[in-house]
Amino acid sequence: MSKAVIHAIFDDEEPLMASAKSLRSQGIHIKDVFTPFPVHGLDTAIGVPRTRIAITAFIYGLTGASLATLMMWYMMISDWPTDVGGKPSFAYYMNMPAFIPITFEATVLCAAHGMVITYYLRCWMLPGVKAKNPDPRTTDDKFLMVIETKEENKSNIESMLKNGGATEIHHK
Amino acid sequence: MNTDMNNNYTFTSKTRNITFGLMAIGLITMIAGFLTDHAPEGVSHEEYHRTRFWANLLVNSYFYMGIALLATFFMALQYVAEVAWSVAVKRVYEAVSSFLPVGAIMMFIVLLAGQLHQHHLYHWMDPETINPESPKYDEIIAGKSAYFAPWFFWLRTILYLVVWVLFQRGFIKRSLEQDLQGGTKLHFKQMGKAAAFMVFFAYTSSSSSWDWMMSLDIHWFSTMYGWYSFSGMWISAMVTIILLVLYLKRKGYLQQVNESHIHDLGKWVFAVSFLWSYLWFMQFMLIWYTNIPEETIYFQERMHDFGYMGLMWTVFFMNFVFPMILLMSRDSKRNYFFLVFVGCIIFVGHWLDVFMMVMPATVKSHWHLGWLEIGMALGFLGLMLFVIHRALAKSSLMVKQHPYLDESIHHHI
Repeated sequence: MSKAVIHAIFDDEEPLMASAKSLRSQGIHIKDVFTPFPVHGLDTAIGVPRTRIAITAFIYGLTGASLATLMMWYMMISDWPTDVGGKPSFAYYMNMPAFIPITFEATVLCAAHGMVITYYLRCWMLPGVKAKNPDPRTTDDKFLMVIETKEENKSNIESMLKNGGATEIHHK
Repeated sequence: MNTDMNNNYTFTSKTRNITFGLMAIGLITMIAGFLTDHAPEGVSHEEYHRTRFWANLLVNSYFYMGIALLATFFMALQYVAEVAWSVAVKRVYEAVSSFLPVGAIMMFIVLLAGQLHQHHLYHWMDPETINPESPKYDEIIAGKSAYFAPWFFWLRTILYLVVWVLFQRGFIKRSLEQDLQGGTKLHFKQMGKAAAFMVFFAYTSSSSSWDWMMSLDIHWFSTMYGWYSFSGMWISAMVTIILLVLYLKRKGYLQQVNESHIHDLGKWVFAVSFLWSYLWFMQFMLIWYTNIPEETIYFQERMHDFGYMGLMWTVFFMNFVFPMILLMSRDSKRNYFFLVFVGCIIFVGHWLDVFMMVMPATVKSHWHLGWLEIGMALGFLGLMLFVIHRALAKSSLMVKQHPYLDESIHHHI
């Protein structure tokens, strides 16, 4: 019951897509695909779950808005009430319009930076980290599909890949 | 009934009757309103000139003309930015823009009636206000009299309306020719014309809103006003387009318009409603912050003096808070129910926004949101829908020969 890793190389995105779809319909799990350019619809075809970056963005934005509100409330209302342009400074809501732009900017700042940093951490794309690419030709003109499976299913999957238009098959 | 690729829209007699019904409601309320609009208590009869009736006509002319105008702008924007995805819904925004000539005539009638002293929405149209001998003399209006001299005002008004309509007719004409002719020659011509329209529109969208809307409060001015009214018209146009696309999809047309097109249109609605909110709030905030009496009067009247505070908040919630919360997620921008729901809220919300531009300056505290207002709005809606549906039925719902057609059909995000 040892595990087998198959690397299948395709020359074009159409056979890649078709193979991905037929493999998935057989219930075979595709671990990853490396392509020289973004292929539309490939993520759903290989069964990548939907990104949750939007949810993190919402949380970061909410954090930014709360921090900005807290900061302004402390500085302008609580710690040292400041009279700017004769505006009442007894309560936060009285000066609300003046605080909106900063709240907005802090929301955008935290959401944008939070998303970028989360993305880099999640993909482990950090300075000095070695690129994980099974075959450098995928940065040029080849498409590579990685399949992890059990030893006994290997030959079956291989023949499916060959019929699907894979030009090379390697074992790792 | 429309299971196959049906690209020919039929304007059914049922739909036609609905638009006629709306128009009939509008016509009846207009006549009844004209006959029954008498000066409210405390306003002299000589000064009144059926202000409520004319102010309503202005609200509806400006709002519905703006939808068609910004659909024309959107059309030009797609050419200039070489947008491919929107080609599948091109005929829909072309149809929305086809209301522009009718809207322009409506706008012209309202302004002409003012010039002929049938109404007094625009105080500066009264020549007595710039006559130093007259008791009505108004120093501020006199100071602006060079800009609002009748010949100059009418030169601008006619220039805007005629040039906009000419551009709009030209875009539609060449788009239909393209269907027969194919190739890229006409497409590049459209791009050139669209770029010219953009430049013209950049100036005139602002200056027309100063001339027709900001001048209602002739003593007041705001540098944000042009963009504020522009963004309001734009979001109204975007919701009209998306509602029409969803309606046609539901009827079985536009089969090649997929989820991605709907999602992109939903993003436009979300983005432009933010643009409007931004400009609406910035105009308020700058005036609130600076606190100069000649500027704050606009919001003093709207929030405190004439009892529009509730409406002010309604406009804010309908046009900013609801669209923001309801359209934020990806799923809701692909959900027909959400899009229709939010689209209707925004449509009504922006009609109310134009109402808020006009009414506090004209009928002041004697404002109503009654049968006359609603009836006339419905009448104009019927007229616009009639023109749009007739335009939709005139040509194939999907463009036939467009350089980006194939790309648009395969649009996927």
